[in-house]
Amino acid sequence: MAAVQETVDRVRRIDVDQYRYGFETVIESDKAPKGLSEDTVRFISAKKNEPAWMLEWRLEAYRRWLTMTEPKWARVNYPKIDYQDLYYYSAPKKKELASLDEVDPEILKTYEKLGIPLREVEMLEGVVRPEGERKIAVDAVFDSVSVATTFQKELKQAGVIFMPISEAIREHPELVKKYLGTVVPTSDNYFATLNSAVFSDGSFVYVPPGVRCPMELSTYFRINERNTGQFERTLIIADKGAYVSYLEGCTAPQRDENQLHAAVVELVTLDDAEIKYSTVQNWYPGNSEGKGGIYNFVTKRGDCRGNNSKISWTQVETGSAITWKYPSCILRGDNSRGEFYSIAISNGHQQVDSGTKMIHLGKNTTSRIISKGIAAGVSQNTYRGLVTAHRKATGARNFTACDSLLIGDRCGAHTVPYIEAKNSSALFEHEATTSKISEDVLFYCIQRGLSQEEAVGLVVNGFVKDVLQQLPMEFAVEAQKLISISLEGSVG
Amino acid sequence: MALLEVKNLQVRVEEREILHGLSLTVNKGEVHAIMGPNGSGKSTLSHVIAGKPGYEVTGGEILFKGENLLEMSPDQRSSKGVFLAFQYPVEIPGVATMTFLRTALNAQRKARGESEFSTPDFLKKVREVAARLNIPQDMLRRGVNVGFSGGEKKRNEVLQMALFEPSLCILDEMDSGLDIDALRVAADGVNALRSPERAMVVITHYQRLLNYIVPDVVHVMSKGRVVKSGGKELALELEASGYAQFEDAA
Amino acid sequence: MNLVLAKNETGRALSDLLAVAGDRLPGAGAIADARRQAFDAYQRAGLPNRRVEDWKYTDLRVLMRDVLPLAATPDAAALTRAGRALKPHAIEGVRRLVLVDGAFAPDLSDVAGLEKGLGIRTLRKTMEAGDAPQAQLFAPDTSDAMVALNSAMMTDGLVIEVADGTVLSQPIHIVHIASGAVPAAMFTRSLLRLGKSAGATLVESYIAAEGAKTYQVHDSLVVSIGDNARLDHVRLVEDSREAFNISSAVVSLGAHAHFNTFGMTSGASVSRYQAVIAFAGEGSQVETNGVNLLNGRQHADTTLFLDHAVPNCASREIFRAVIDDRGHSVFQGRIIVRPKAQKTDAKMMTRALLLSDEAEADNKPELEIFADDVTCGHGATTGALDEGLLFYLRARGLSEKEAQALLIQAFVGEAIEQIASDSLRELAISAAERWLAARS
Repeated sequence: MAAVQETVDRVRRIDVDQYRYGFETVIESDKAPKGLSEDTVRFISAKKNEPAWMLEWRLEAYRRWLTMTEPKWARVNYPKIDYQDLYYYSAPKKKELASLDEVDPEILKTYEKLGIPLREVEMLEGVVRPEGERKIAVDAVFDSVSVATTFQKELKQAGVIFMPISEAIREHPELVKKYLGTVVPTSDNYFATLNSAVFSDGSFVYVPPGVRCPMELSTYFRINERNTGQFERTLIIADKGAYVSYLEGCTAPQRDENQLHAAVVELVTLDDAEIKYSTVQNWYPGNSEGKGGIYNFVTKRGDCRGNNSKISWTQVETGSAITWKYPSCILRGDNSRGEFYSIAISNGHQQVDSGTKMIHLGKNTTSRIISKGIAAGVSQNTYRGLVTAHRKATGARNFTACDSLLIGDRCGAHTVPYIEAKNSSALFEHEATTSKISEDVLFYCIQRGLSQEEAVGLVVNGFVKDVLQQLPMEFAVEAQKLISISLEGSVG
Repeated sequence: MALLEVKNLQVRVEEREILHGLSLTVNKGEVHAIMGPNGSGKSTLSHVIAGKPGYEVTGGEILFKGENLLEMSPDQRSSKGVFLAFQYPVEIPGVATMTFLRTALNAQRKARGESEFSTPDFLKKVREVAARLNIPQDMLRRGVNVGFSGGEKKRNEVLQMALFEPSLCILDEMDSGLDIDALRVAADGVNALRSPERAMVVITHYQRLLNYIVPDVVHVMSKGRVVKSGGKELALELEASGYAQFEDAA
Repeated sequence: MNLVLAKNETGRALSDLLAVAGDRLPGAGAIADARRQAFDAYQRAGLPNRRVEDWKYTDLRVLMRDVLPLAATPDAAALTRAGRALKPHAIEGVRRLVLVDGAFAPDLSDVAGLEKGLGIRTLRKTMEAGDAPQAQLFAPDTSDAMVALNSAMMTDGLVIEVADGTVLSQPIHIVHIASGAVPAAMFTRSLLRLGKSAGATLVESYIAAEGAKTYQVHDSLVVSIGDNARLDHVRLVEDSREAFNISSAVVSLGAHAHFNTFGMTSGASVSRYQAVIAFAGEGSQVETNGVNLLNGRQHADTTLFLDHAVPNCASREIFRAVIDDRGHSVFQGRIIVRPKAQKTDAKMMTRALLLSDEAEADNKPELEIFADDVTCGHGATTGALDEGLLFYLRARGLSEKEAQALLIQAFVGEAIEQIASDSLRELAISAAERWLAARS
């Protein structure tokens, strides 16, 4: 008991201010006037040189948004957001970059500090590259705009389009028009509709039929400006028989006020295609008093539109003051498969309400959900998931396991599954457990010479192993470090 | 009239033909062994005879006591006297073995127009057979095969065989998962049921089982056909030289 | 916002209910005021619909098409019909208490020779006398609209007291019978208080007279189980196929108390059983199990809320649903472990068996955990009968129906076998058999 008490005490003393990515980058930026109106939407669209159809699309979303109300069903509490007190557009003041050299050196430094490789040269030369390390193409989004996309040329050779969505709207309007808003309609929900009106940038990926994307694609999002909302929009299409693995990372500086992040991610897989989407979300979680931090209200959805297609979501959620996200799969194509692997860690005053939706529509569709929630400090951590099989979804299969681990007695871990079967051939299995770290296990480890924090780290890593294994190798290492850091306050 | 006549049987599973014109005749009182490598179609044959769903018979016929077996539901076949001892007997949680045995026995008797067993008569009969097979009473109270060892599951199959008194017993890979002692107990149980009125078809990959249940006829199956038939010495021959010689014959 | 939502036809008609039937409800003064307050609470919440999270799968705006007038006091003919309906459901060796059309029927009941320590009164008399503490009558402090409506409209029921140390030798059987001459609604509430170290068995049955017209049952049961006391409880809903049954139970347990409850719904067209079971004392134990057996277009919702407010309590829930035709089964099981409730041991398992392609099963097993030293878990499965098992049984001579029946019995048996008493278990088994027999 004594050993655990010590852990608990440390949780209480938790100093979330150790957030490693909390530095600010001092650069000049170009902002839209504060507040939201049709003019803001027009301003953003004009900044991006968007065609008229895009502006119309945004305005329609904006008008719809005015009629909507913020959802209240999630188990999260936060003061009312004043949508007129935010900046909806902020860009580093140097635009129309021709090459990486023109990027503000301050921004490059920021990404260096974050350990994100923007200079492909360095990567290519890679003097000390460990063997087997793969190349990663990066699109870096700083506040509202994309600052650099690497490896464009190599990707182009393979026929893969990977570029900021603002560019794609101009350069590939036919693809954008065909797919944008078809997975998450503009009317989908309050935050998604807001995003549709004001999204500023994000990544666009198109992998043509039969192409296996030659490298991991990656986007790093960073919110830098004060009082700025980030509304990125990502659209990934894997055409027939294509494959792509996409990684997403997020950080923000430490600030006293809350910042809003309302992203939309749409994935589309056609026949025999596969998308693997991995996220390491490490937005600033707020300080030890629960002050500041990102409100992360995100709509992520994949549409297995083709037969035999597959979408796999893997997420490591350690940051944000509030997380509200449910990466989902619409299993429309016959034999399609959806996966959701999640580690959600909450510490300090963080509130997490996250999970997934597996919507079985096609025949013989399968889905798998593995969710690991870890709550420490005074945080609240909720898994919320829906599994549903429609009348015609014969042979639907789902397996769900959601486990929660509590560290300390002032946090909460909750499980809210909705399991709906409208079809006798559907086979659903769901199991959930909630426990704390066994004192026997801790004692065993400590007796074998591990420190308290190492022992807890060991147990936590064992607890999340199933999910970590789903991440691409480079990310798995990073995620593992991140897990230790986010629990650092709680275990030493 | 033969007890079982399989004529030029062709069977498909999910578009793939597994049996390509198999023929087999089994008379009352005989014990036939069907041997063959994995994937030769042995288990398919046993499943089709018992009427397991999922197999499509595309040609040929199966006559049992002169009647067309393929037109009967699995339970009708059972009542007529076809018994399949499963390779992997299923576990049925919540259904006590005793309840199951009584329900099945009476269902078969009813289908044959015989009177149902009274509870005391039934209990007496089960206890008698169970004692012979070394099956403890406690096992009969548990759910069907739930928590049974491999040997116990097979003995439970033999128990049913003894209780239902079928005229044709098909033993599908009876030796799988059994050690020598368990195998001997099960085989002794089977041997006790040999009679001039009853035939047995023993399906096995290994010759080992046939040391305990000695067959009158041995068939070798390969690629969905019977490629050779002979006396019990054929099994020993196979043990020595393996199945390879028959792969081409098929 | 629910005020707005409630403004459909049914909602409006319910709003008039108190005004129309008010003068027929027992109790004056403070009781009448409490009714009025409860009715206001109901009106604020409005008729439950899918936007109310707890009623997500049972939308009364859709399922409760009309509001029936308050049932008349049963006349001789109604009592005769009820008596006839009672026969096949009568249980040997119990103390029977019968409510016909929501009113206590002394001639069909057995109130003579009460054993020492047992007190039985009707709710109507208790209210008319005005001598019972109001907090007791209106105890359920819940925001649920249908409980509030029941509080406002309750006309009769039973008030049962079991004194400290009294262990009843006979089970109590409360039978709700709809005589069904005309379509009607009944609102009943029964109160059961077990003193310290007391013991009792309560069986509740919901049935209808032959040829009963459509009717609505609004029932509630308020139970308090004293320290070291034990209650065994079985409820069987075998209402007519045109009936609507919304029943609520509010149960609280003292320290080292034990509550074993089992509910089976095989009747009614639309039904919901919602129970709130709260641990108020340490070291107590609850087993709550249930079965839904549905076919045709039946809709049955079982919603259980286990409130672990104190440490060292254990709860077990096993629920099974068998759904045929276009039946719709709902199971919502919520376990909350409050911050101080360390050493809670709570487990829940719900399984649904779908027999037809048009059957529907919705499961929402929910955990809300605010204490760390706990063992909590839940499991849920949904599926069809196992083909392998069916074939094994058919290969042993069982017909398809027989094989199905055996597997269904085994499936629901896992919940039924949790009933502690042999005779009560038999009661549940025969109710399940009646359903299976009617099926084939």
